[in-house]
Amino acid sequence: MTTPTYTRADFQTDQEVRWCPGCGDYTILASVQGFMADLGVKREEIVFISGIGCSSRFPYYMNTYGMHTIHGRAPAIASGLSSSRPDLSVWVITGDGDALSIGGNHLIHALRRNMNIKILLFNNQIYGLTKGQYSPTSEIGKRTKSTPMGSIDYPFNPVSLALGAEATFVGRTLDMDRNHTQSLLKAAHEHQGSALIEIYQNCNVFNDKAFIALTGKGEREHNRINLEAGEPIIFGADDEKAVVLRDGQCHIVDRAAVDASEILVHDPERQDPTIAFSLSRLSHNPDGPTPLGIIRKVQRPTYESVMSAQLVEAQSDRGPGDLSALLASHGTWTVD
Amino acid sequence: MSDETATLDVSSDSDATEVDRVVIRMAGDSGDGMQLAGTRFTDASAVFGNDLATLPSFPAEIRAPAGTLPGVSSFQIQIAHDDILTAGDDPDCLVAMNPAALKKHLPDLRKGGTVILNEEAFVERNLSKAGYEANPLEDDTLTGFKVIKVPMESLTKEAVKDTGVSGRDVLRSKNFFALGLLSWLFNRPTDPTIEWVNEKFAKKSEVAAANIAALEAGYTFGFATEATKSTIIVKPAPLEAGTYTNVNGNTALAWGLIAAAQQASIPLFYGTYPITPASDILHELSRHKNFGVRTFQAEDEIAAVGSTIGAAFGGALAVTGSSGPGIALKSEAISLAMMAELPMIVVNVQRAGPSTGMPTKPEQTDLLFSLFGRHGESPLPVVAAASPSDAFDTAIEAARIALKYMTPVILLSDNQVANGTEPWRLPDLNDLPDLKVSFANKPNGPDQKFLPYMRDIDTFARPWAIPGTPGLEHRLGGLEKDSISGNVSYDPNNHQLMTDTRAWKVDNIANDISPVEVEGDEDSRILVIGWGSTHGPITAAARNLRKQGEKVATTHLRHLHPFPANLGEVLDRFEKVLVPEMNSGQLRYVLRAEFLSNAVGLDKIAGEPFKVSEIEERIMELISE
Repeated sequence: MTTPTYTRADFQTDQEVRWCPGCGDYTILASVQGFMADLGVKREEIVFISGIGCSSRFPYYMNTYGMHTIHGRAPAIASGLSSSRPDLSVWVITGDGDALSIGGNHLIHALRRNMNIKILLFNNQIYGLTKGQYSPTSEIGKRTKSTPMGSIDYPFNPVSLALGAEATFVGRTLDMDRNHTQSLLKAAHEHQGSALIEIYQNCNVFNDKAFIALTGKGEREHNRINLEAGEPIIFGADDEKAVVLRDGQCHIVDRAAVDASEILVHDPERQDPTIAFSLSRLSHNPDGPTPLGIIRKVQRPTYESVMSAQLVEAQSDRGPGDLSALLASHGTWTVD
Repeated sequence: MSDETATLDVSSDSDATEVDRVVIRMAGDSGDGMQLAGTRFTDASAVFGNDLATLPSFPAEIRAPAGTLPGVSSFQIQIAHDDILTAGDDPDCLVAMNPAALKKHLPDLRKGGTVILNEEAFVERNLSKAGYEANPLEDDTLTGFKVIKVPMESLTKEAVKDTGVSGRDVLRSKNFFALGLLSWLFNRPTDPTIEWVNEKFAKKSEVAAANIAALEAGYTFGFATEATKSTIIVKPAPLEAGTYTNVNGNTALAWGLIAAAQQASIPLFYGTYPITPASDILHELSRHKNFGVRTFQAEDEIAAVGSTIGAAFGGALAVTGSSGPGIALKSEAISLAMMAELPMIVVNVQRAGPSTGMPTKPEQTDLLFSLFGRHGESPLPVVAAASPSDAFDTAIEAARIALKYMTPVILLSDNQVANGTEPWRLPDLNDLPDLKVSFANKPNGPDQKFLPYMRDIDTFARPWAIPGTPGLEHRLGGLEKDSISGNVSYDPNNHQLMTDTRAWKVDNIANDISPVEVEGDEDSRILVIGWGSTHGPITAAARNLRKQGEKVATTHLRHLHPFPANLGEVLDRFEKVLVPEMNSGQLRYVLRAEFLSNAVGLDKIAGEPFKVSEIEERIMELISE
């Protein structure tokens, strides 16, 4: 059966979308719905699984299969589904609190296993649903309801974390840049294995303008480091900045001050993650020049493919399971 | 092991004493291979045709300090000419491989019983590690017992000297020497053990040769030595005709899950995290990938149950397994599965708690936790396995309930069921229940809509629509659902209705399970009721008392929630109800609350199973009241 032709409307549900007016989640939802229509995958073969938090309401608004689960556990639930049903396209929707705080363990293990699930991490650097506490990506010193004198927690850099967790695909995008978001979604879908996409998402109620350095007019031109595979990493309003590798580390320099041959050419498929990691360290918070795009994309067998291969191997070695032989396998004796 | 009958001709030994039952305990350092020797003795006894039951006991530490009391590992077996249900109370024969083993287990040895000692281990250093101030071989410690001192180490060394093993490997075979001696003493065939050794150590022929040499040396020592001239015969038991195997509860449970998946024609998924004493279920299932079994060793207990929920959503027979501390971590996710009404099985192989407790010791202390240990109103069906072989049937029953009623089911086992063994008459596979599931395949509402909470009129189960089915796309979740559409609902009346419906769905299962049956004297004043692994000692105690002319009735519950529909009526028929439990009276508490029963208890929380005699005494107390 061929895949029907879909429009964005085919992926909308009859449920009223309940995010705050102006929330970045609306844009991401539109990006995902639009992207799904062009994906070429049957709607019934797509599953969205989320945890808890504002972003995790997402599956209710996607006319696919879905499950809104419990806090932090979406990657674990998606792992069980994907490993037992490798025929499905499984997407995880999570936030910075969900994925990096309560669910940190599941995130890193799903990535290291190269489970074929696509994890969209909506990072708004705040707890929204519980009304405004600092999150594991909030900057140090952030004043919130739970940190009246400022946060004393050092934040995670989700891209660095994913690289450290042996992720095979790591990307970063912005809620309001639909084309950029959709290009990353497409690449993640095509990637065989786990993919983590960090999506900077504005919470206009509790943490407005957290990403203004990347979205504000007059700032974004200076700060967006758009990574393109095979291209030298240059950025700035007039492409006046460049990234070079010195002593094994990435540095931002004035482009005019270096020879063109010295500029780092982006290669997300480099097996060694060292340079990718160094790239991720160019900004710890997105308040200055920040890399966006596909940071790493390497091949490694997926968990599902190896698991399925073992089943096939076991069956070819020993034949399909024979229950009566199994029950007799420890030796038997007969009583007449 | 072959299924050929024993070739040993026991009748030729004129000095043999015939008895109906014998209880033997082998004890040594946890590195001494007592579990292996015990298992081999068990298989030989099974081949010989005895009824039997075993109870291994080992420290949680892989290698506790050698020679110390905490490092002692033991294996008890009862072999019988008649039908038995437990591994026996006090041993008739104790093998002690070192002073610590003697110190720990001698108090249990029956007066006049036989103790076989590895006498070369009774040296100053080991004696002091075991806390002996004087050598028990030289004072009156062993007075009143039949003592067989064996220079086991030098005899083993001598026996294996030409086999090619060297260094530390030499003394490793001494458990086979002890096994050989026991084989002589109790007239066990050695052929099954030799066959097993040859197969097991096929790639290490020198180890195989050493073990066989030690086994034979032990056997020879038996008939060549005056001290053991008189042997003991336990004739085969008149077991029901059929094909038998010897099985422990973890294995039987794993096989039951595989069988259930086959009967349901859906793949088995087992998501778990290693924990004593449940890990062997994972080990067993992971060996059977050719049945299409997927095992997932998750990063933690929560991921284990989470993966199981995902697999259930995808249409697998989804199972997670753990023990008490792990189940505690799974509690939130189990409530999600309950709310989403997905079929799955949660296996709890109970161990002594709370917290880390005594991980290798049995207890039944998670009953109330299973019934009530979830937030919100979260009633779930709970079933329990009564014996190692019963774990097979109980696993199938858990799957039947889960799949038919679209609900998580808690399956309770315990350390005694899990690691104990008994002969099991293999079932006729044609008698297994048909568990075939029918996934939803078309819209069930108006306008071609799929309504994921539109229930079956009889079972109140909601439809199971799995991803991949066109037109049935739907969203599940932990938020309260509208009773039909499944959309998120905060409507007060709907929440009341859904809460009542979820409870009623589970309560209604009472009409779909076997009623309780009373065994024994219907006109008894006393009913002894149990659940789980107390089945053996309760039933054995009642049988013993009946032989003495007492009237005793018993019944055993497989279903702990809901209870069988006739349970209240059965309880009412008896003047007194006794509930022996390896906890502080958890079933008793529920029976008293639910049926206003005057049930009394016999509680034991010692990390070891009931002795038959303990239950007999309590029954007699009640009878004489």
